[in-house]
Amino acid sequence: MTLNIDIKEEQRKAQEEIKNQGFRVLVCSGTGCIANGALEIIKKFEELGAKVGELTNHDKMTVVPTGCHGFCEQGVLVVLPDLHTTYVKVHVEDVEEIFESHIKNGKPVERLLYVDPQTGEHVHKNEDINFYKKQTRTALENNGHINAECLSEAIAVGGYEALAKVIEKNDPQWVIDEILNSGLKGRGGAGFPTGLKWKFAAANRGGKTYMVCNGDEGDPGAFMDRSVMEGDPHKLLEGMAIAAFAIGADEGYIYVRAEYPLAIKRLRKAIADAEERHFLGENIMGSDFTFVVHIKEGAGAFVCGEETALMASIEGERGMPRPKPPFPANKGLFGRPTVINNVETLANVPVIIRKGAEWFASMGTETSKGTKTFALTGEVNNTGLIEVPMGTTLRQIIYDIGGGIRGGKKFKAVQIGGPSGGCLTEEHLDLPMDYESLQKAGAMVGSGGLVVMNEDTCIVEVARFFMNFTQNESCGKCVPCREGTKNMLKILERIVAGNGKPEDIDTLQELAKAVQDGSLCALGKTAPNPVLSTLKYFLDEYKAHIIDKKCPAGVCAAMKTYRIQEDVCKGCTKCARTCPVGAISGTVKEPHKIDTEKCIKCGSCMGACPFKAIVCE
Amino acid sequence: MTVTEQINIADVDKILETYEYKKSNLIAILQKVQEKYSYLPEKVMTYIGTKVKGVSPATVFGVATFYAQFSLDPQGKYEIKLCDGTACHVRGSMPVLNAVRKKLGLTPDKRTTDDGMFSLNIVSCLGACGLAPVVVINEKVYPKMTADAVKIALDTIINEEKGV
Repeated sequence: MTLNIDIKEEQRKAQEEIKNQGFRVLVCSGTGCIANGALEIIKKFEELGAKVGELTNHDKMTVVPTGCHGFCEQGVLVVLPDLHTTYVKVHVEDVEEIFESHIKNGKPVERLLYVDPQTGEHVHKNEDINFYKKQTRTALENNGHINAECLSEAIAVGGYEALAKVIEKNDPQWVIDEILNSGLKGRGGAGFPTGLKWKFAAANRGGKTYMVCNGDEGDPGAFMDRSVMEGDPHKLLEGMAIAAFAIGADEGYIYVRAEYPLAIKRLRKAIADAEERHFLGENIMGSDFTFVVHIKEGAGAFVCGEETALMASIEGERGMPRPKPPFPANKGLFGRPTVINNVETLANVPVIIRKGAEWFASMGTETSKGTKTFALTGEVNNTGLIEVPMGTTLRQIIYDIGGGIRGGKKFKAVQIGGPSGGCLTEEHLDLPMDYESLQKAGAMVGSGGLVVMNEDTCIVEVARFFMNFTQNESCGKCVPCREGTKNMLKILERIVAGNGKPEDIDTLQELAKAVQDGSLCALGKTAPNPVLSTLKYFLDEYKAHIIDKKCPAGVCAAMKTYRIQEDVCKGCTKCARTCPVGAISGTVKEPHKIDTEKCIKCGSCMGACPFKAIVCE
Repeated sequence: MTVTEQINIADVDKILETYEYKKSNLIAILQKVQEKYSYLPEKVMTYIGTKVKGVSPATVFGVATFYAQFSLDPQGKYEIKLCDGTACHVRGSMPVLNAVRKKLGLTPDKRTTDDGMFSLNIVSCLGACGLAPVVVINEKVYPKMTADAVKIALDTIINEEKGV
């Protein structure tokens, strides 16, 4: 089809526009950095911008709010691309110094540079920070580099080029083949080949078809989809439009969690801007391809991340899963053929079309292609959002990118894939992170949440935490899931409270099997995973709780006992005065005693003791 | 003045009109109603059930109770969202939760203060895991919370309200 715009020409114009911005100050404006004061920093830079007459090399300064860099731990991040410098942990008070010292007089502000935890050296450039250096970014390629709320900045870095190519070529089958050949699999959890999904839906071409984007990122501890929606919304829209073209859809929905207000705001603006320039909506770029996108806000239900439940929710119903088949590709939203893809999956699509299937397939492993984002959180030095080729090992992620375990503690386990995933231990550190290897180890890539736990984390308590989550979020449709998770939770609660029974381990395993077998959707089928994988790798810890009534990590309050070491206690009475329940007694200058019957294990005495005489065991 | 007296059905009609009385917009309609009243009054839910095509009051009630975002009781002026996602949990959201409850006299069953100033809701993940543990009070994000820090944050709000 002929287009009425020349996207290359638009790109050139957009790049020119950026050049005309003069000196660019990039301020990260993701949810994390905004919480740390990014908006105040932008305002301050803009005020100073009025003084740009004093700049020698530029006649203008432009402050650009960008999307999430992923290095939230170090926020607020300020990048000066012209000076090849990244500043971390910037506060509004530092802005003037950056402006006066570095921007005006060329002298970097050393104290605001990133300090490498291993070498202790200051690092100037983003590319030299280990956290970034070891990453390969595809879905997140523009995050942090462009103004997240500006269409022309997206165009300048190649936005909508792939869509123009696809419409011009006018061959939906070619698009499907490209995606099939690239080996792209769903990034939302299940890992189903994206091209295949499209192929099934395209077979029903002719009538009304829907293209749905799943932005209901429910896994606690995962925030890659939020970052894409907030940081590069046009890429997602372009990916959706390409998918819609391939399957013959003219209408689409983005289902976004209500917990992501900023993502919703930026997506709304992006849709309006794209429609105005005819990159979305009716007769896109002058062709006869039409694709209209709506936003549906979720209302707080984890199960809506399941595709059939998500469709029920878009239709205005309770988000309860429906049996498959019929699969959405045949009978989906409002009874019509529908393709549902996750945000990250769709963000990969324009890049694949632009750079080719071969390029994408050259990254990753034999069976898992491309790159994957992981949300690295928990007890690791550098928490944040990362993107690496499939097959990167856990060790590389935790130690090279994550900078190792916080506070020099010992690595214990990592929970991967959220409440549906499993845990990996030290023996898995060199396991390649791809769909197949993880599945073999009893875990899953899932959405890519990676929560690192150290020796101070109680694994049984973590299993209880996940079970509490899935039990809360079970929609109640299937009895095994509704009742099974409840009973599993009850047992886990009993174990962490110190009342576990020896037969509990067998019962947990039996219940897990019933819940897995008897549930309709993935929520139920995977709900027992955290329990099963922790039982597999940390059975001793369960036994310690049940039989010895001890929590090896010292977390479970019920199993703690506080004791005053007689030889260390000076009898200062501080602990006795601090204890809220009067469980400590003794005379002045004599060793004190704790009445374990009365003690509520709050730990106040331990904090109050100036001689560190109180121990918790 | 009680809350029920403040409900003006004309406002609800306006919302219904915007969303074309469509069943597929039911969740959006309820979200707008909650935005207006801070909760979903029973009277309004029943009314919506009679107006939206293909929906009964029972369906409206079913949807309203299914999703965590909806509240059937009036919410406080300040909504505290305490994140207990995995990252926040591992980094100590529980002591923060206990501190908030203790400070405001709330319990798992009593989620709004008597003076109607604060409501406390535990949410599963706000996507700000790099800043764990996180608390959000009326859209403002408080990063890296501790029991002490959250008490200070609450005190600031309480003092502002008192005009101190």
